[in-house]
Amino acid sequence: MKKTSVSASAPKQNPAPARSAWETVQLARDPGRPGFRDYAAKMCDEFIELHGDRLVADDPAICGGFARIGKQRFMLIGHRKGVTTEERIACRFGMANPDGYRKALRLMKLAEKWGLPVVSLVDTSGAYPGLDAEARGQGEAIGRNLLEMAGLRTPVLVVITGEGGSGGALGIAVGDRVLMLENAVYSVISPEGCASILWRDGSKAPEAAEALKLTARDLARLGVIDAIVPEPAGGAHKDPASAVALVREAVAEHLGELLSGPSGDRLVEERFRKFSAMGRFDPKKAVPL
Amino acid sequence: MGWFTKKTEAPALEPLPDIWHVCPKCQAHVFKKAWESALKVCPKCGHHDRIGARERIALLVDSGSFREFGTEITPSDPLGFSDAKGPYAAKAAATVAKLGQSEAVVVGSGNVDGTRIVLAVMDFRFLGGSLSTGTGEKIAMAIQHAIDFRRAFVMVSASGGARMHEGILSLMQMAKTCAALNRHREAGLPYISILTDPTTGGVSASYALVGDVNIAEPGALIGFAGRRVIETTIKQKLPDDFQTAEYLLEHGFVDAIVPRARLKETLAAILAYRRR
Ligand SMILES: [Zn+2]
Repeated sequence: MKKTSVSASAPKQNPAPARSAWETVQLARDPGRPGFRDYAAKMCDEFIELHGDRLVADDPAICGGFARIGKQRFMLIGHRKGVTTEERIACRFGMANPDGYRKALRLMKLAEKWGLPVVSLVDTSGAYPGLDAEARGQGEAIGRNLLEMAGLRTPVLVVITGEGGSGGALGIAVGDRVLMLENAVYSVISPEGCASILWRDGSKAPEAAEALKLTARDLARLGVIDAIVPEPAGGAHKDPASAVALVREAVAEHLGELLSGPSGDRLVEERFRKFSAMGRFDPKKAVPL
Repeated sequence: MGWFTKKTEAPALEPLPDIWHVCPKCQAHVFKKAWESALKVCPKCGHHDRIGARERIALLVDSGSFREFGTEITPSDPLGFSDAKGPYAAKAAATVAKLGQSEAVVVGSGNVDGTRIVLAVMDFRFLGGSLSTGTGEKIAMAIQHAIDFRRAFVMVSASGGARMHEGILSLMQMAKTCAALNRHREAGLPYISILTDPTTGGVSASYALVGDVNIAEPGALIGFAGRRVIETTIKQKLPDDFQTAEYLLEHGFVDAIVPRARLKETLAAILAYRRR
């Protein structure tokens, strides 16, 4: 794991409370947390939104555009859950259609062409489970992004800001560096979904949340994320402005580091190595047979 | 009580289960031997039953040409996961013992009408063919082998998605396998994806639908989200053929639907178009 100043240890001013995984899930889902629009408007000094996948639609559940922090220009993409009821319905509560993933890919390819790094903000309970989503190839859209992001010849910085829900999160989260907010979660399945399948009882979600190891600390330990971004005391929703400022600081710092690192083929090679190392087989840790 | 009533009411000619196969789709009674020699395809309605990885390999590659590797990779339990039924480690070990297979995928190289390929075949019987760290590792290893020997890579999917018991590390196997596929692609090598029943969840959202050529078996269930989840989300009835191979063909996500009996010859014919 790379050493960074915003490190995986808890920040001094905010000693980590002993929270259960399930309590962290609730914090990660709190509608008062900063969302895409907050980051675009307040984390960035400029944001020029770009719309559409050039195929069928402009999915509001994934937004993106040119963005700047200080002198550093980049392509910002991210899930958007919406704030008002109308927005939340239009954004399908942050659950993207294939059009959203394809828009994100278009913008990432544009960033690669223009020599801009990509900053991807992840906050979704998952990709949208809908008739149109399946008809337009939800699986293909996410799979295509995984394939293309693996080969993107520009740095990609990922920040899990709230919910990292399964393939819907990963579809924009193949990054050279992956940061995670202190109270964000990132999981292969929702605790409710896991509980209803493996416990045959959705109310066992707290147990499933614990078993899934989905908190930032767990993920840092498992080598899936590179650094934890601290949140204001009590969680990002208690002081959204400070939360956004902390993310801005982390993004500026890590972007700077990424841009002074490898580029082109070497960047792609290192990204390949990073993901290849995840869950590498170790005979000493294998299940005894 | 119930069983007694049932028994007396049963027709005298009720077939013996070890001689007959009852088609789960059309309920036709077929001689088991005839059904097996038809590659577990119903002669009445064409229903393709699920088959194991070894059966699949036997029907795809030339006899005696398959060389398996990666059998040293067995399940791991990185989270120390336990659910209502107990520890995952015990379940995984029991599955390995029962199937005599190291993970939910079998990988190796073999010949298709004399053309050497690298093959990865998932096995639904192994914890629903779920994509785990071991499965991802074996697939990535197979793709690397294909790159090293400049072979076409053929992936046969049969999976309900990522393996929950290995948590986030299972999810990361989607990125890992696709990163390996990207290298294979950048080396200019062919990738053929064969989608069988079922190919859903995380497997449909990683390597399964991004082949140079995607081939599906008739009637296979292929989709990202589960039917029931979709029905409760959108509160409307879904078409009968929703998420079938035929539905995907109609919507442009697979190149062809090929019956099992013609899979090998089709694969050989397509591989013949490789010019580099
Ligand atoms: Zn039948």
